Amino acid sequence: MSEYSQQFKASATRLTADLDHRQWISKALRGYETKRDEFKGRFQSWEEARQAAAAVKYEVINHLDRYLAEFVAKLEARGAVVHWASDAREAREHILRIARENQARFIIKSKSMTSEEIHLNDALQKAGFEVFESDLGEYIVQLRDEPPYHIVFPAMHLKRGEISQVFQQKLGAEPVTDPEALTMIARRIMRQKFCQADMGISGVNFGVAETGMISITENEGNARLTTSLPRIHVALMGIEKLVRSMDDLALFLPMLATAGAGQNLTGYNTLYGGPRLKGESDGPTQFHLVLLDNGRTRILADAEQRDLLHCIRCGACLNVCPIFRNIGGHSYGTTYQGPIGSVITPHLRGLQDWKHLSFSSSLCGACSQACPVRIDLAHHLLHNRRNAIREKPPALEKLAFRFFSLMMRHPGLYRFGMFMGKLLQPLHPIVKGSALDPAKAWTKTRETPKFAQTSFRDWWKNRPQNRPT
Amino acid sequence: MRITLFIPCFIDQFYPQVGAGVVKILEKLGHQVEYPEAQTCCGQPAFNSGHWDEARAVAAHAVEVFSQAEVIVSPSGSCGAMMRVFYPQLFKDTPQYQAACAVAAKTFEFSEFLVKKLKVTDLGASFPGKATFHDGCHGLRELGVREEPRALLRNVKGLELVEMDPPDTCCGFGGTFAVKFPMISSAMGEGKCAAIAETQADYVISLDSSCLMHIQGMLDRQGKKTRGLHLVEVLAHSL
Repeated sequence: MSEYSQQFKASATRLTADLDHRQWISKALRGYETKRDEFKGRFQSWEEARQAAAAVKYEVINHLDRYLAEFVAKLEARGAVVHWASDAREAREHILRIARENQARFIIKSKSMTSEEIHLNDALQKAGFEVFESDLGEYIVQLRDEPPYHIVFPAMHLKRGEISQVFQQKLGAEPVTDPEALTMIARRIMRQKFCQADMGISGVNFGVAETGMISITENEGNARLTTSLPRIHVALMGIEKLVRSMDDLALFLPMLATAGAGQNLTGYNTLYGGPRLKGESDGPTQFHLVLLDNGRTRILADAEQRDLLHCIRCGACLNVCPIFRNIGGHSYGTTYQGPIGSVITPHLRGLQDWKHLSFSSSLCGACSQACPVRIDLAHHLLHNRRNAIREKPPALEKLAFRFFSLMMRHPGLYRFGMFMGKLLQPLHPIVKGSALDPAKAWTKTRETPKFAQTSFRDWWKNRPQNRPT
Repeated sequence: MRITLFIPCFIDQFYPQVGAGVVKILEKLGHQVEYPEAQTCCGQPAFNSGHWDEARAVAAHAVEVFSQAEVIVSPSGSCGAMMRVFYPQLFKDTPQYQAACAVAAKTFEFSEFLVKKLKVTDLGASFPGKATFHDGCHGLRELGVREEPRALLRNVKGLELVEMDPPDTCCGFGGTFAVKFPMISSAMGEGKCAAIAETQADYVISLDSSCLMHIQGMLDRQGKKTRGLHLVEVLAHSL
């Protein structure tokens, strides 16, 4: 078992025992579901919208080379500097270099899961830069020195009292729990930071190939300030985040808001196309775009799972996932939590180290049903399981399934096996619940079913009309 | 119609009354029911655990056993989904692909077969009591069976059907998942049991004995009186 797998199990054990936490998360996500359903209803047909979105993504991902070239050429023509990064280290180096070359000191960020993926804050801080998260949720988890709990709602695990506590400890703020008062505390600090920052780092929700622009979706207005006040804007984007055209965006923006946050449309949707142009009075003087691969081309090469690159990081699959609701976001130990994280992390960070995430699912399929771009996440969990077993079969388990296969291919053996089970079951109470109980993983919380006196097969054979004459 | 039954292994061994109920109902409707005795398991435990070679060997046995069937009916959304949805994936690029697809195409979950194929929603059944319905995930999301069992249950005299909130969250069983990650599985089961308890129903009904095995196992441990019943047991009760 990998070290990550052990950590996962330990954390899942702790969190599933925390009923308060489970109820808090479930309640929040049930609220989201209600809102999401309300806004889904405003689409003429949500299912057709999903189909259309999947078709756009299919087209873009299967011609990614072409769309990327178009996108980059248009951006560069407007004076943007584009940097290609094949992995996290290269991406960090690009950004560090930009910061150093421009003598930046103070860096402000808007929300970007891709920056979490490359552990950017750590690298910047180690290099002596001050980094400040300007999304409220991200700011709170930054103050707590913990990773985002959820890709869209980074601080959803915290109650108002806990947020107040961290503000008191870290900012010397007054003890208030009113949401508006709490927001005002953060806002007062952020306003100053926005003015001090000489470099702003943002993520990208969509790159529009046709116009060579990036689209950023947010609710707080902090991304607008991050990208327009400092003299340098660096946007970090996974290479898969493209759509073809502005028309596509008209579909994807409301979809992202509805699926992701249970909103009609997010508060701010802004397109950025490069640095301040001649004659313009504001905006950054430099615009850099860092395009990140970091394992994405590996997924692209896998025809069976290529559609994982359709993901728009809306978080809908996390929100409906009963596993997520019970173990919480931090248990995963990954940048991307929930079903999408369980499927892509083994691709991005190593199948054998992270396969446990693909196995820790009941395969209920709520994620596949929720995904706005129709990624069949539940089936991809199965593919990852198959690949992991094929690559490195666990000896004992393999033996067990060979035996299972042998028994199930031979009806006589199957009947014999079941006969033995029935014969031995009365002895089970002797060991039940003890360390010797072969079913202890089951019996710790559940009773076991009893073998019937007469199996269906025997009942069938003994029916008068089926008895041999 | 000549109907071939696929009775999943755990129904055969633990819940034979479900299989018997299927026979009773289909025969009452005037159909000829057959049960190939060489059948065993659909192969799902190995398939879900990633051991596709072993799963394929078991599934190949099933494909052979059911090759002569006109239609295959199974009182399980999960095993039904294995055959209908996953066999084509499992046999992709193998010589048995065509045969597997043929079996997949003629496989039906019991309630969808009654409602969609036989166009029956009223069996004249009666069952006294208050019940709630649990949507098994495979039946619901892989086969798209949601309304069929409810339509059948609405016509059961004496049965009061109350929906739990929500009816379609997983019970946490998930096959080997239940023993590989028992803490997560049990937490999910607790959530399901709480939703059932809120309805104050005497019975929880489902299309899948596997979900019920998990739910009942938890209810019994919690000392709850609620009984799990397969849809078939309710429908066949008074026949």
